[in-house]
Amino acid sequence: MDGAVFTRSILAIAEKNIRIYYWRGPVVVFGLLFPFLMFFTYFIGRSLDLVAFFPGFLGMMLFFTSSSVGPLVIPWEKREKTYERLLTLPVILESIILGDIVSGMIFGLVITGIVLAVSLVLLHLPVANVTALLGATLLGSVAFAALGTVFASMATDVPSNVMMLSSLVRLPLIFVSGIFIPLGQLTGWEFVLTSLSPLTYLVDLFHAALTGDAVYPPLADVLVLLVVIAMFILVARTVQERNLVKGL
Amino acid sequence: MLCRTSRSRRRLTEAIEADHLSKSFGPVTAVNDVSIRVEEGGIFGFLGPNGAGKTTTIRLLTGILTPDAGSVRIGGVDIHRDPLAAKLKMGVIPENSTVYGDMTAEQNVLWTAKFYGVDRATRERRVREILDRMGLAGREKDMVRTFSKGMRQRVSIACAIVHSPGILILDEPTVGLDVQSRRLVIDTIRHMNENGSTIFLTTHYIEEANALCDRVSVINRGRIIATDSPERLRKTFDTARYVEISFDRPVEEGLFAHGAVSRVERHGDKWRLYTENPDPVVKFLGALAGREHLSILSIATSSPTLEEAFVRLTEAS
Repeated sequence: MDGAVFTRSILAIAEKNIRIYYWRGPVVVFGLLFPFLMFFTYFIGRSLDLVAFFPGFLGMMLFFTSSSVGPLVIPWEKREKTYERLLTLPVILESIILGDIVSGMIFGLVITGIVLAVSLVLLHLPVANVTALLGATLLGSVAFAALGTVFASMATDVPSNVMMLSSLVRLPLIFVSGIFIPLGQLTGWEFVLTSLSPLTYLVDLFHAALTGDAVYPPLADVLVLLVVIAMFILVARTVQERNLVKGL
Repeated sequence: MLCRTSRSRRRLTEAIEADHLSKSFGPVTAVNDVSIRVEEGGIFGFLGPNGAGKTTTIRLLTGILTPDAGSVRIGGVDIHRDPLAAKLKMGVIPENSTVYGDMTAEQNVLWTAKFYGVDRATRERRVREILDRMGLAGREKDMVRTFSKGMRQRVSIACAIVHSPGILILDEPTVGLDVQSRRLVIDTIRHMNENGSTIFLTTHYIEEANALCDRVSVINRGRIIATDSPERLRKTFDTARYVEISFDRPVEEGLFAHGAVSRVERHGDKWRLYTENPDPVVKFLGALAGREHLSILSIATSSPTLEEAFVRLTEAS
């Protein structure tokens, strides 16, 4: 396989997604407004320590933004009848999945980056480890953009069905990932439950990077996120291959 | 004429080679042991009724579907072993797919060219040339969603030829188009072929295939039932001649009952009477006109058309 052609195809697909899908209603509502609404709903009127909850908010922000572009792309293209043309171009399924991941990742990085920068400047939040913070942001954006491509694998050409399913999965995850109740305060079955969510490890990594009080060793968080990325890509590839021509 | 030029060209290699392709969807066999050879520089027509397996075959040739059995080589490259290398050699216009409505015509073509590694300067020059050729000069900055179907199809073709592909695969490229767009599409196919591209074309318009192609295959129920030049296919059914007549007033089909007439079809204000021997039919029609006090406005005999060959072949299979 020609690496240059493969890379070109990934970048071209990401460029198309950025151009067409970033400002679609479902992406703005589910990716941008939703995490803010969740945060303010929980935070306003309660005397919570912003520094303690900021890693969770940042994780939630990155989770929602990165995973909001991917689910929309393929169902939208199948509905608009552009997907078959895309498949005839010099692409393979992996180019499409990786192109979708790159566009979701950039969306997550840019929005979360702005939120992080503004918060650091205005709220004077501490940063324990800048490298860990950048690494966590990058890793988290890839992981949850990959989750977005798993949702996109559904055999449908109705984007709202996919967005509904993705919300159905994403919403419960934020309640079992140490965002609203710090991981350190959880015990027993609650702790076991949170350990099943991939978002937990991103939030924990943000805790390590911002406040230095992570529950798991940072290396363990990184390894879990890497395994999660590989798993999401594998699942997306398998299911998308099976559903490739459905709805063309 | 293009196809005559193509015919006279010396061909040494095959641009498209499909060997014993089969593809099933559950219990339904969509393509059954299909083999196709398209010589370099030729225009190959792929004909068949709806549901015959044309689109599935094209999806197998373009690497969208993986065959259950058989192989496809595009310019000598196995598309299922090295899809990127094979796809670089071709431009494809799928029947049921279109360009991005939320991009301008220019953005669609420029974006497509990036997949083929066309450098920036060439990309911009080619886009201007092609959009101009497609009659879209002045509309290149408009969003494609504001275009008519014919204009969208022209953008789609512009995208497919931006990298000057050696092989162009078109699935029903003229379906539903206005006369002007249809003519532009056909001219572009001819132009590409004159410049060395091999064309693989499916079409419902049999006479379009007859005018363009130097070889055609007819597929029905997933199997290829005939492959030959349009002329030779027509000659296979040399007995299927007809007499076409029109009268000064409408008549009933029942009037044409005659032992030498095998089938009667109405074509607008004309009647077409199929026969193996036109002579007794012409005499019968003359007598009929006298008996029924009808004036004959026109009468003509004709040799079998490719359409007739197509109908006979698909009926027989």
